[in-house]
Amino acid sequence: MIGLEHYLTVSAVLFVIGIFGLFLNRKNVIIILMSIELMLLAVNINLVAFSAYLGDLTGQVFTLFVLTVAAAEAAIGLAILVCFFRTRGTIDVEDVSNMKG
Amino acid sequence: MISTDLSIIAPEILLAVFAMAGLVGAVYSGRDALSQLLTWAAALLFVAAALYIGLTGEGTHTAFGGIFVDDAFSRFAKVAVLLSAAAVLIISQDYLSRSDLLRFEYPILVTLAVIGMMVMVSAGDLMTLYMGLELQSLALYVVAALRRDNARSTEAGLKYFVLGALSSGLLLYGASLTYGYAGTTEFAGIIEAAGADASIGLIFGLVFLCAGFAFKVSAAPFHMWTPDVYEGSPTPVTALFATAPKVAAMALFARVVHDAFGGVVGDWQQILAFLAVVSMFLGAIAAIGQRDIKRLMAYSSISHMGYALMGLSAGTAQGVESMLVYMAIYVVMNIGTFAFILSMSRDGRHVTEIDALNGFATKEPLKALAILCLMFSLAGVPPLLGFFGKYAVLLAAVDAGLGWLAVAGVVASVIGAFYYLRIVYYMYFGEETEGLDGRMTTLPWLGLVASAVIMLVGIVNLFGIEGLAEAAAATLVR
Repeated sequence: MIGLEHYLTVSAVLFVIGIFGLFLNRKNVIIILMSIELMLLAVNINLVAFSAYLGDLTGQVFTLFVLTVAAAEAAIGLAILVCFFRTRGTIDVEDVSNMKG
Repeated sequence: MISTDLSIIAPEILLAVFAMAGLVGAVYSGRDALSQLLTWAAALLFVAAALYIGLTGEGTHTAFGGIFVDDAFSRFAKVAVLLSAAAVLIISQDYLSRSDLLRFEYPILVTLAVIGMMVMVSAGDLMTLYMGLELQSLALYVVAALRRDNARSTEAGLKYFVLGALSSGLLLYGASLTYGYAGTTEFAGIIEAAGADASIGLIFGLVFLCAGFAFKVSAAPFHMWTPDVYEGSPTPVTALFATAPKVAAMALFARVVHDAFGGVVGDWQQILAFLAVVSMFLGAIAAIGQRDIKRLMAYSSISHMGYALMGLSAGTAQGVESMLVYMAIYVVMNIGTFAFILSMSRDGRHVTEIDALNGFATKEPLKALAILCLMFSLAGVPPLLGFFGKYAVLLAAVDAGLGWLAVAGVVASVIGAFYYLRIVYYMYFGEETEGLDGRMTTLPWLGLVASAVIMLVGIVNLFGIEGLAEAAAATLVR
């Protein structure tokens, strides 16, 4: 029997993979965008699992909002990335370092 | 009733209609002919909305079944957000047109960000919170990369986007856990579930939410993006980042910890106190080595956020009140400082090195005096207004039994005073090398002088904002 905790575990694992993908990836920025998407989708699994478990629709409504915003976010991220590529000619993470902080 | 609901969110709707109409109008009329007009219209509309909200609003109303709250607290934050955004638009006009950045997208994106901030501070539900926060963030990511043919600006936009999206993810994960363990996304329901025996899942949710907010207010250890984004973005955008979004994020932070998690003060108090200590010290120490004034202002804002969080971590109405007063003073100081930074130029090029200020006082005594006031105020030197802001948060922390935090705050403020005083030292005693030759136009000059005068005159009664902040805090902390 697959219960709530299984869903929560999967979602937590995906979320952590997303965070690690963001920080450990040294190759290119597209992978960062994918990691961000992974994090948001992990949250969606969480929300839907809770929604089904509680028998409450709010979580699924929330999921729809998150999906919409995630699409907008990806569009803006790619747009900024295109601008960045035009000025620098590369999308390597290591080259995003004009300014050191 | 839908008509009552709509009348409660009338200012937001008005601004949204303006943004859409402006966008359509500017696209049809061809490129950037309308941008000057749109910028002014946006600024005037912000002021009008601030006046409307500030003068006509009273009592506490909720709209759309409790997901949108209009109370004294949200009104205080909205007025601060609107007025600071309007001031930033007005002082940056000249810079934008000089550097060929006055595109019509700028005022429209700023308007959208402001709507997002207004929704954030009125949130009564995790969904409203998320939508408001994203509307603000998405607009601001684009504005950071406004100078799209410049490597630094696009890099700033990219960094802001990646770390902002990460923080949204953390926040959202916290929201999902909170929803799961409280069974509802409404703050009114969460506070019932998060009573004395809050489940571990709820506390996890709270921690993730706090981490997300800490990113948005740029509190250490979640501050990594701030210096780079401040330095890389065009200066008017930096001025915007340093003011309105900070107020909105701080107000949202206060709203969530009190409205939704008011029953578990002990749990979030330690998180906030930790964030406050780390931010104050990091902001004070890391700024010492900075040579770029925009980077320096970034660290300065990190340390100021530490003080505001100190007020919030008191967990009392007095704490929220001191936080609101602190944020109001912080915003005024920053607008004045950035009005000056916008005018820093040599041979028609914008310069941001601190060394360029050497010997500035001999050339421009009045402006140097105004900056002296602002720097002393930022450092918290009595009797300027900045001191009273710091005093209020320290007092709130001591009264809440966080004496150690107040002591740490005083130590950090002494360390931080060094780099503000160094700017003053350069201006008055520095060896003049290649100075600044840019002339300041009327509006930024007014911004600079007005904010310096406020720092001096405000000490009489703080312009009465203490009373307003007290009323605002009273509606939040029950």
